[in-house]
Amino acid sequence: MSAYSVTEPSRASKSIAAVLVVVYAIITLLPLLWIISTGFKSGPDSISYPPRVLFEPSLEGYVNLFTTRTRIGAEQFAALPPPETWYDKIVRQSGTVIAGQSRFGERFMNSVIIGFGSTALSIFLGTLAAYAFSRFKVPLKDDLLFFILSTRMMPPIAVAIPIYLMYRELGLSDTHLGMILLYTAVNISLAVWLLKGFIDEIPREYEEAALIDGYTRFQAFRKVVLPQAATGIASTAIFCLIFAWNEYAFAVLLTSGNAQTAPPFIPTIIGVGGQDWPAVAAGATLFLLPVMIFTILLRKHLLRGITFGAVRK
Amino acid sequence: MAEVSLSHVSKGFGATQALLDVTLTIPDGAFVVLLGPTGAGKTTTLRLIAGLERPDGGDIVIDGESVVNDTPAQRDVAMVFQQYSLYPHLSVRDNLAFPLRSPVINMPEPEITRRVQAVAEALRIGHKLDNKATALSGGEMQRVSIGRALVRQPRIYLMDEPLSSLDAKLRADLRVELKRIHAELGATFLYVTHDQIEAMTMATHVGVLDQGRLVQFGTPRQIYEDPVSSYVASRLGQPRITLLPAGSFGHGAPAGAVQMGLRPEHILIGEGQPATVRRVERLGDQTRLHLAFGPHEIVTLADPHTLLGTGDTIAICPQNPLWFDAGGNRI
Repeated sequence: MSAYSVTEPSRASKSIAAVLVVVYAIITLLPLLWIISTGFKSGPDSISYPPRVLFEPSLEGYVNLFTTRTRIGAEQFAALPPPETWYDKIVRQSGTVIAGQSRFGERFMNSVIIGFGSTALSIFLGTLAAYAFSRFKVPLKDDLLFFILSTRMMPPIAVAIPIYLMYRELGLSDTHLGMILLYTAVNISLAVWLLKGFIDEIPREYEEAALIDGYTRFQAFRKVVLPQAATGIASTAIFCLIFAWNEYAFAVLLTSGNAQTAPPFIPTIIGVGGQDWPAVAAGATLFLLPVMIFTILLRKHLLRGITFGAVRK
Repeated sequence: MAEVSLSHVSKGFGATQALLDVTLTIPDGAFVVLLGPTGAGKTTTLRLIAGLERPDGGDIVIDGESVVNDTPAQRDVAMVFQQYSLYPHLSVRDNLAFPLRSPVINMPEPEITRRVQAVAEALRIGHKLDNKATALSGGEMQRVSIGRALVRQPRIYLMDEPLSSLDAKLRADLRVELKRIHAELGATFLYVTHDQIEAMTMATHVGVLDQGRLVQFGTPRQIYEDPVSSYVASRLGQPRITLLPAGSFGHGAPAGAVQMGLRPEHILIGEGQPATVRRVERLGDQTRLHLAFGPHEIVTLADPHTLLGTGDTIAICPQNPLWFDAGGNRI
């Protein structure tokens, strides 16, 4: 008979936990799987009832996402030379021809520039500010920290109109720089607070040792504090990116022709030539990827945080 | 290597006065041990010399020049902390090389490799050089942090209870090792400890701190045999000095004496007044007797092979005890 253990869960409770985790994963991942599969359906398959789980995959959604198409007269259509490329062929199947490139690629790039740009800026400023708040005697420290946090207390959209007017005056409307600054302003409170927590956890003795070992304060920060704050920086960066990446309201309000990001663009696909659900799903799928990849790349740092710390207590 | 002196140095943290008007000279090549209970100002003294704190008043001079306005890097001192000593994201090798790669020293890599190897071997951590700092035992970590101080040749080594976390054998080994390094390099050390053996065996000078004041500075023998106060007398000695009212053994107290201090060597067994043995502690090389003497308890030493047991009565009398006045000062 095996001994009863207080620290080691029993076999039965482990199996129950495993089942629960798997069920939960399926429930949360199902909508995601549905979107990804819809992206590979043909138009009729995507709206058929009952819904089709098994279907013949098609790249129609992706082709439609990246192109604009036009319907031409029957005799004109018959007179066309045979399709030159695979995507020409897909478009012809629905009786249309490619009229040009859609703006999805451009919008997607805008999202990348603005999302990653504001994340980088938030992390850069946030780390420096958090270090200063954590280590130095800053006058009115508590009030300043509260002020920084208070910017998060109302929904950002509450200040949409003042920001809209201000941006118009400053010429920041519909610019990449404007959106980067705006998302940074929203994210910086989160970044400062999260990172201050992480930096507070790093004992000062490490930096003091580095100062005595012949390094300047900034070098000690770079060589000793930053590597140890990597976990905090990685998780903060993920939070910042997710916000900037998904933000919709400001993007609708402040961007149009030039700096529009993907979130306000994707819904407009619906209007182009009927309800093109596969194209919408394809756009949503591609839109998911960067945050997913970013999180997976930083996962190493997130996990490493657990095994950290040469601390004798 | 250099002479370090503090003159009239004071330092407060909010309402607490950590150091008060401390004047102290650490001669070139000396091994100075600071003694005192927690909160006496020992660590603050080290941090002031290292440049991690700024004094509120007074001057700190290294090698004839005031350093109070210098950064820690400019002072060229090395410090071993009591804990949190290693950079956890670096290997043992990189931890040891860290000071040598600093912009101040910026030593060529081949020379760094050579020095790191030599120090690692002296501290018997050569086989651990490629380990992560986090993958070491407590004793190994502390040896690495001592090594990080030793790879340099700073003007002074500051050590804050570096051996307190180690087991007895390692502590004894490293004590000898540090003493050897001191003798070979002729380096100047300022060393904080609670451990009497470390103080007595390593120090050339001992400074005793009491609530931020330096109350006595002298050789270990002076501190032990000729303490200025009952406070200083209690810092050294195992078993600790026994303090009794001056008249406990009747006559003999000088004028003004309120207390008498009895170290084991001040107690003569076999004649005098009766005391009852309460407990016998056999430590191997020595045997301690806990005696009930009237309402007082006295701890003294007996012959290691004594046949005395609990309940026995013996006669004791004082021999050249230390006398203290009402303020605890030596008479």
